[in-house]
Amino acid sequence: MGRYIGTAMKRREDPRFLRGKARYVANLDLPDLVHVAVKRSPHAHARILSVDDSAALAMPGVLRVFTGRDFAEGGCGPLPCGWVVPDTKVPERPVVATDRVRHVGDSVAVVVAEDPYTAADALDAVEVEYEPLPAVVDARGATDAGAPPVHDGIEDNISYRWELGNEEVCEKAFAEAAHTVEVELVNQRLIPTAMEPRAAAARWDAATEEMTVWTTSQNPHPIRLLLSAFTLGIPESRLRVISPDVGGGFGSKIFHYPEEVIMPFVARAVGRPAKWVATRSESQMTDSHGRDHVTAARLALDADGNFTALAVETWANQGAYLSTFAPLIPTALYITLLSGNYRIPGVFGRMRGTLTHTVPVDAYRGAGRPEAAYLVERLVDLAAAETGMDPLEIRRRNAIPKEDFPYQTPVAFCYDSGDYHRLLDAATDLADYPALRTAQEQARAEGRLRGVGIVCCIEASGPAPSAVAGSLGSAVGFWESGEVRVHPTGQVSVYTGSHSHGQGHETTFAQVVADELGIPIENVEVVHGDTGRIHFGMGTYGSRSACVGGSALVESARKVREKAVKIAAHLLEAAEEDVVFDRGTGRISVQGSPDRGKDFGEVAFAAYTGHDLPEGMEPGLGFTSFYDPSNFTFPASAHICEVEICPDSWEVRILRYAAVDDVGKVINPLIVEGQITGGIVQGVGQALTEHGAYDSEGQPLAATLLDYAVPRADLLPEVSVARIETPSPHNPLGVKGAGEMGTIAATAVVANAVHDALAPLGVRQVDMPLTPERIWRAVAAASGASSAAG
Amino acid sequence: MFPSHFDYYRPGSLDEAVGLLRNLKDAKLLAGGHSLVPAMKLRAAQPAAVVDIGRLPGLSGIGDSGDSLRIGALTTHAAVADSGTARAGCPLLAEAAAAIGDLQVRNRGTLGGSLAHADPGADYPAAMLALGAEITVVGPEGERTLAAADFFVDLLTTALAETEVITSVRVPKAAGGAYLKHRHPASSYAVVGAAARVELDGAGQVSACALGIGGVVGKAVLAEEAAAALVGGPASAERIAAAAGRVAASLEDPLGDLYASGEFRCHLAGVYGERALTLAAERAAA
Repeated sequence: MGRYIGTAMKRREDPRFLRGKARYVANLDLPDLVHVAVKRSPHAHARILSVDDSAALAMPGVLRVFTGRDFAEGGCGPLPCGWVVPDTKVPERPVVATDRVRHVGDSVAVVVAEDPYTAADALDAVEVEYEPLPAVVDARGATDAGAPPVHDGIEDNISYRWELGNEEVCEKAFAEAAHTVEVELVNQRLIPTAMEPRAAAARWDAATEEMTVWTTSQNPHPIRLLLSAFTLGIPESRLRVISPDVGGGFGSKIFHYPEEVIMPFVARAVGRPAKWVATRSESQMTDSHGRDHVTAARLALDADGNFTALAVETWANQGAYLSTFAPLIPTALYITLLSGNYRIPGVFGRMRGTLTHTVPVDAYRGAGRPEAAYLVERLVDLAAAETGMDPLEIRRRNAIPKEDFPYQTPVAFCYDSGDYHRLLDAATDLADYPALRTAQEQARAEGRLRGVGIVCCIEASGPAPSAVAGSLGSAVGFWESGEVRVHPTGQVSVYTGSHSHGQGHETTFAQVVADELGIPIENVEVVHGDTGRIHFGMGTYGSRSACVGGSALVESARKVREKAVKIAAHLLEAAEEDVVFDRGTGRISVQGSPDRGKDFGEVAFAAYTGHDLPEGMEPGLGFTSFYDPSNFTFPASAHICEVEICPDSWEVRILRYAAVDDVGKVINPLIVEGQITGGIVQGVGQALTEHGAYDSEGQPLAATLLDYAVPRADLLPEVSVARIETPSPHNPLGVKGAGEMGTIAATAVVANAVHDALAPLGVRQVDMPLTPERIWRAVAAASGASSAAG
Repeated sequence: MFPSHFDYYRPGSLDEAVGLLRNLKDAKLLAGGHSLVPAMKLRAAQPAAVVDIGRLPGLSGIGDSGDSLRIGALTTHAAVADSGTARAGCPLLAEAAAAIGDLQVRNRGTLGGSLAHADPGADYPAAMLALGAEITVVGPEGERTLAAADFFVDLLTTALAETEVITSVRVPKAAGGAYLKHRHPASSYAVVGAAARVELDGAGQVSACALGIGGVVGKAVLAEEAAAALVGGPASAERIAAAAGRVAASLEDPLGDLYASGEFRCHLAGVYGERALTLAAERAAA
């Protein structure tokens, strides 16, 4: 074993963040910079009658005003969708609207000024005349007859339909079921709220005809590809995209956004570098949102409480346009997860992706998987209530036994490894589940509303063979590149196509490479986020960096090691099979004679002098790998949560939270614990506080952080986190994704705990966020009181 | 977020500040800046001039005059929340200050600024009503003192003239007081803030009572029916519950938002009113 993998190292990147020395796009201070602001629609749906820029242009310091027509005529193509399922109707998404606006925040004009104050003033001076049109905001309501079409030619507002599973097995099971439980629920819209709002900048070098774009992206290479091939038309060889330090993404910074086209267009048009930084409100009404499903589902059980079938029908709100990966989320990352951690012979899901006059919806931490987990785990609890089984017992009874792995579900996925009974055991031990139930009985006897939630959740992380992704609708591959470049002194630069915007790659990837080469971690530098320095990469999302990006680096490092061993053996005048590599020190020595050896630095130097290399070997030391995984990895978790609800003001208080996760082998336990804990907080936010709501006219009701309630530190007690490890057989590190498991489980477990607390009052299903008012109304409805307000 | 253009003045004295307010068009006072500056950055407020009185001497601090406290208008929320004098003599006031916003807001925001802004979700106004505070202001015509009940007029509207500056607030001490709040999960403003003051006579009967409610309607209000219902008898749980049942009668045209409708705020006002009265009565009896 090496020295670093498995060690809880502090993050090497933190000193620069903690000292305020990080470099974000907003910090860019380019000479001669112009400042760009985007005029946004106040209407959810309107025809643009005219745009009058005369007053703005008359203001001192205002350089130019561009409208949608300028971009279209300037060759800026519509923003493409990078994932389309069969027969998807892809609505056109112009860079800047030309004739109609389709959500509050849709762009209508672009102002360029000498300073950001003037740019903001000029926005107010651009006069846009609108003819407001009726809007539709609801995922399911959008398909009703008479609902206003968001796009001409898609009259029913259905962009695509998708279904997966064994419908016949399913229907037969329902016909024969001893018990059937049904639920209708809403998985509400969320606004990602990364700490750093989006930003973009660009510089055009007229002499070399090279464009540099800086953007707050999780994946600069795909952005360059989209800019080059679809939206800007500058060849990749002359286009460099840099994602410097990025303050969180949670999925929302995967996608290709209009401002990434607007900045290079402006920079070239005005001949000066251009920059735009979103305000918080601008981010809230233009960053792609998450979730927003309306679902009706049924679960069938036999007389012994075994699940026999699950049937799901969901309407997924895709917003006004298809964001870059929008159709992926409710299809191949949602319906494929509906088997959960359970043996269910029949699973069938049907999806409609619908268009509405709202901000586009795409991947947000968990992305389809939390929606599946919430649905499945609510149904399991309802089934427990129906059959009179304990929620733990019904999960133990139906969980896939460890000897069944690899386990093929009826909905495409083949789970790699897992031990769900051990997970449940570990979680019930960690939380002391029997004691929680005893305390609940006591509390109920005293008239208090105590609830215990338990969930067992699955995730599919690290997507996954490129050929499969292609067959499911992807326009890109899901491999990753990793280069290990050894310098003559033995120092190492690591170039990864993954991108760190909070994940800690500069630490974990260095741990991996240092261990593979047996060198001190201080000698390993990790480079990411710059198409000018890294050959290519797919970026970071879907909890893929360690599984896929890390594996690419392992492969490259192993090639380096193999060559180093060959060189060392040659220098030591020993046969290759007679030398040994010490993973702890990196020293390569003759077996049985430790003093006859070469340090890694000596070997590296020899590789670069080229004076004395094995016959036919090229000089130099460095390799690049493109690693294409053979499958997703399947992390799993069992979380338990205890809540108490105030019986008159209806606030929910979380008393205890215990999480046991299986994310395979762990590179850095400190970072994994941080990811799990942070994910839990984000998931609790969906359960209790967050709601990206619209009114019926399409006005956002949570347009600022005065109304959009992100979770605060005091929402949760100390979270107890523990792990079990079932290594993934699909990658050389044995790792599974760690970035989203917490979020996936937390929403469901808190919701289950709240419903468990409310069970004595006859409440069966309350939609999230589980705010005091929603609970108050549900209790009033359940008790049949005309009003609890009196 | 960039505010629109404004002129910035920093007067060296109160007289100079009043003079500036009289002479400038569309000027706003800046103290801690925790209401005005965000509003300006959102361009919800676009004053032509900002008169910064934040560093004027002599306007901050808490003085103890036996039966009341005099608090300078520039005293920060944190200073009130942490004041031993306030906590001992007027726990309601210290609790209201401690409930405001977050630590950063409390370290910068001022008593005068909060009262002058009169946000319906602010914590101080309900406390001032319950305590019967008096607010002293200075303007071109000199000084005048207003009762809190006369000061708060409507949503974001007070009796303060545009040329007047709040200088201090006199708060009668009240051992039997409590402030309890249901905090908005996003904004931290009060969804409901209940400020209760209870006085007991020698026989343990309630001799005086006031209940201020913030967050529910456009301005902080006194729940007069509820308070009256408690006076003249013991502060028993049953009588407090009955009194709290009348809180909603004082809440006309409640506000609502995504998080809590007006109807639910009225419900919460009863719940929090009952809790605050209970705690205040316990403290009065202690």
